[in-house]
Amino acid sequence: MTDSQTVLAASPSAIQNPAPSLLLRGLRKTFADVVAVDGLDLEVARGECFGLLGPNGAGKTTTIEICEGLTAFDAGTVELLGLDWRTGADELRQRIGIQLQETQFPDKLTVEETLRLFRSFYRRGIPVEESIRTAQLEEKRRSRVGTLSGGQKQRLAMACALVGDPELLFLDEPTTGLDPQARRHLWDLVDQLKQAGRTIILTTHYMEEAERLCDRVAIMDHGRVIAQGTTPQLVALVGAEHIVEFAVAGRDTEDAQIDAALLTAIPGIQSHRVDAGLHQLSVSELHTAVPRIFAALTAQGLHLSEFRTHSATLEDVFVSLTGRNLRDE
Amino acid sequence: MNRFERSSLYQLTAVRFLLLLREPEAIFWIFIFPILLAAGLGIAFRNRPADVLPVGATTIQLTQALDADKGLSAKTMDEAAGTHALATGNILLLAIQSPDAVTYKFDDTNPDARTARLLVDRDLQTAAGRHDAIQAGNQLVHETGSRYIDFVVPGLLGMNLMGSAMWGLGFAIVEARQKKLLKRMVASPMPRWQYLMSFLLSRLAMLVIEVAAFLGFARLTFGVPFRGSLWQLGFLCVLTSLSFSALGLLVASRARTMEAASGLMNLVMLPMWILSGVFFSASRFPAFIQPVVRALPLTAAIDALRGNMLQGMNLGQLAVPVGILLAWLVVPFAVSLRSFRWK
Repeated sequence: MTDSQTVLAASPSAIQNPAPSLLLRGLRKTFADVVAVDGLDLEVARGECFGLLGPNGAGKTTTIEICEGLTAFDAGTVELLGLDWRTGADELRQRIGIQLQETQFPDKLTVEETLRLFRSFYRRGIPVEESIRTAQLEEKRRSRVGTLSGGQKQRLAMACALVGDPELLFLDEPTTGLDPQARRHLWDLVDQLKQAGRTIILTTHYMEEAERLCDRVAIMDHGRVIAQGTTPQLVALVGAEHIVEFAVAGRDTEDAQIDAALLTAIPGIQSHRVDAGLHQLSVSELHTAVPRIFAALTAQGLHLSEFRTHSATLEDVFVSLTGRNLRDE
Repeated sequence: MNRFERSSLYQLTAVRFLLLLREPEAIFWIFIFPILLAAGLGIAFRNRPADVLPVGATTIQLTQALDADKGLSAKTMDEAAGTHALATGNILLLAIQSPDAVTYKFDDTNPDARTARLLVDRDLQTAAGRHDAIQAGNQLVHETGSRYIDFVVPGLLGMNLMGSAMWGLGFAIVEARQKKLLKRMVASPMPRWQYLMSFLLSRLAMLVIEVAAFLGFARLTFGVPFRGSLWQLGFLCVLTSLSFSALGLLVASRARTMEAASGLMNLVMLPMWILSGVFFSASRFPAFIQPVVRALPLTAAIDALRGNMLQGMNLGQLAVPVGILLAWLVVPFAVSLRSFRWK
């Protein structure tokens, strides 16, 4: 384990099962002069839905493609289902299911033909019919891939990942580029797969997706895991359950006049930061803190132009750990 | 589905075949275009009956003497008009009557004009009373196999085999790579050799239809001869197609984008379209580039196809072009397997 990493929960797998679904130790990968993965340790138990959350460029895709056997790594240990890519590649490919970012299936094949092709690669698996049903593509069975919507194409990619009845499923940014409705549809599908007891490892840069789907989340930044645990455990890292965001009138010129010390002196306020004129406070006792914030600002002769509060999310965890926003990058 | 239909090699091959059939442009270029081209060339270069040559003469007597010849059509015109008609190509020769002689005005670098000179002179000399020293008769032959269409059909066949193999293999692979489909397939348990094999199998299936349609058309419409053994012709077509498939694979083995593949493909094929004797004999190129021309796979393919179809040569007699094609099959295939970019 690296020093900067915050470990919140011992993985239950060590007790329940001697071979976790995924075990990474000291994983490193460098592309030319860019360190994509910088000493990664992860353990995912069987039946778990595990999320890799981080901004673009954090190393999520490199990590998952190393796990999928698509990218060679420089140093460390990678074990899936107790097997190693060097010695058990053929068996591993039979036992894992993969959905890659931006795979384009041939436009002129139908849904059914595409799935029949992928089914033929596996020694055992589920019938093509069943994969179509699971992905809710029954009505599109004979439609060509080129006519499908973005969400339907993504469900087809999921179905292709499922035809081999995998023990371990990798989903790389499964909802990137989808509209909100298609995204919820896909989330429901992942929920079903979780309930069926499959082990799922997914990457995402949407914190609400990680919160909604994952039992445990590892937050990645610059090729390292900076925190991992369940969502409540991670949110507790912020030190307060609520976030207050506000801006003051004429903030461009009067920014400097806000005395941050007056704000952080208010009981229940844990931290203060400013990002592009928007002030963020992490607050533990919202009901008593908010009136005092108003009072403090009025005392400084400032007028609020924006004011809102929300419960702390994984986004706020990322911000408090890195000082940057997830979606900025 | 039975066991066979569940096999990945069958599925990969069937998908490849389906995708090709669902691409209307591919169907046009592979099946329709060569037939249209053969039809066009066959019509343009058909063997016409001997031409009637237009000539001019300055007196009515001369014109009458010349018009009696079926090979000539003569008109009366004065010298100025006749010179203009010569210059504009309306007549090939002008016969000018002077008081005690006849002068022929014509371009001696034009073979038709030289023919006209011979005919006109014979007619005028005969009309003036000359007798032939010996009796001569004609026996006419129109041999199939020596026509331009007979020459060009094996050339077009070779060119078509090259195009369909290279585009069919190269483009599909690079497209799959660019769309990350290749990466997705490699992440599955699919055996990689089956992926490449499926291209060759679907190519061979397509080949049967493609060659049968084109040669059938050439046979029925133009009566193009097949003097060699048909199964050896089939073997030559398969060998040609596989050699160009290997070349297509080589072009596709590293290219990441369709644009790059397209450029490479043209770079490889363009010299062969020009040098390999599709439309005219490759032996017309100067001697110093002949070794290069002979080593090109399309030259070898077309030489072998012409040897089989037009001269009835067997594989033993065609050992040199067959050997060249085999070399073009083995070397690019081995190189591309070693350098193939699967992601």
